[in-house]
Amino acid sequence: MKLTVYIIVMAGVTYLIRMLPFAFFGKKIKSQFFRSLLYYIPYAVLSAMTIPAIFYSTGSYITAAVGTAAAIALAYFGLPLIAVALAAAAAAFITGFFI
Amino acid sequence: MRSYFSRGMYDGIPIGLGYLSVSFGFGIKAVQCGISVLGASVISATNLTSAGQAAGVDIIAAGGTLIEMILVQLVINLRYSLMALSLSQKLDKSFTPVHRFAASYGITDEIFAVCSAQKERLRPSYMYGMILVAFAGWVSGTALGAAAGQLLPAALSSAMGIVLYGMFIAIIIPPARKQLSVLLVVIAAAAFSILFRYVLTAVSDGFAIIISAVAAASIGALLFPVKEEEAETQ
Repeated sequence: MKLTVYIIVMAGVTYLIRMLPFAFFGKKIKSQFFRSLLYYIPYAVLSAMTIPAIFYSTGSYITAAVGTAAAIALAYFGLPLIAVALAAAAAAFITGFFI
Repeated sequence: MRSYFSRGMYDGIPIGLGYLSVSFGFGIKAVQCGISVLGASVISATNLTSAGQAAGVDIIAAGGTLIEMILVQLVINLRYSLMALSLSQKLDKSFTPVHRFAASYGITDEIFAVCSAQKERLRPSYMYGMILVAFAGWVSGTALGAAAGQLLPAALSSAMGIVLYGMFIAIIIPPARKQLSVLLVVIAAAAFSILFRYVLTAVSDGFAIIISAVAAASIGALLFPVKEEEAETQ
């Protein structure tokens, strides 16, 4: 399938998700279950996307595991997103010299 | 008193810098998935989102169906609906429908976080300033990553492949540390994802993420219903 079609679909869906509630929705969502589901979805999505894919992200399980450990440790202490992300890459990069 | 536009730009600088380096990782990943520098840049310019784009290029690389693409974007980006909903409650009168159509394009996790922390009502020009800086960082980082990814030493560019995931971890861990419910959801989602990866391998990656996420979030919603205030300030 052509890349252009994929991009149009991707961008169109993503835009509508943002635009429709922003422009047209006035009321609050009443259902507590649905509100709770929406609250947990981001964390669930990111977790499912990260595990186990992160271990395949650097071409070596060992460097990826060290990078993951570094990210978890720094995130645990509440460092900014960018610091955690770059530290994961730095840890994986440095580990690469020792294997 | 500076204009709202330049205030938005100023408040957007940390976001733009953060995006610059994270999207560098996306650019590398997109090229690894067989997408050109231009293609990767267009994806970043039109989507302005990390997780959705990362999952999107996986689907493109795997030759997935458009239905899969729609569902994956819907589930991964559904959180933006909640953020848009929340922001829509605090818009200034100057936010006409046209401005709403335009500014909604730029609702990301970080822009939402900064905008919702504003004490006064949101004005269109403030959001545009912030979106512009975030956009510049996100798109130029993508282009640089996609172009330079091939020039960088292999050891460096493969290590950069972890950047986006590192950012995801940075988003997940702090709330998981504070709230048992979030921790449970995160562990359940990871467990489902592992199950699909190694056992139920017939399910495609995109659907595996959707099913894992909805199942884990449903468990969380059933066991730990969220009170109204929490759901709005996520």
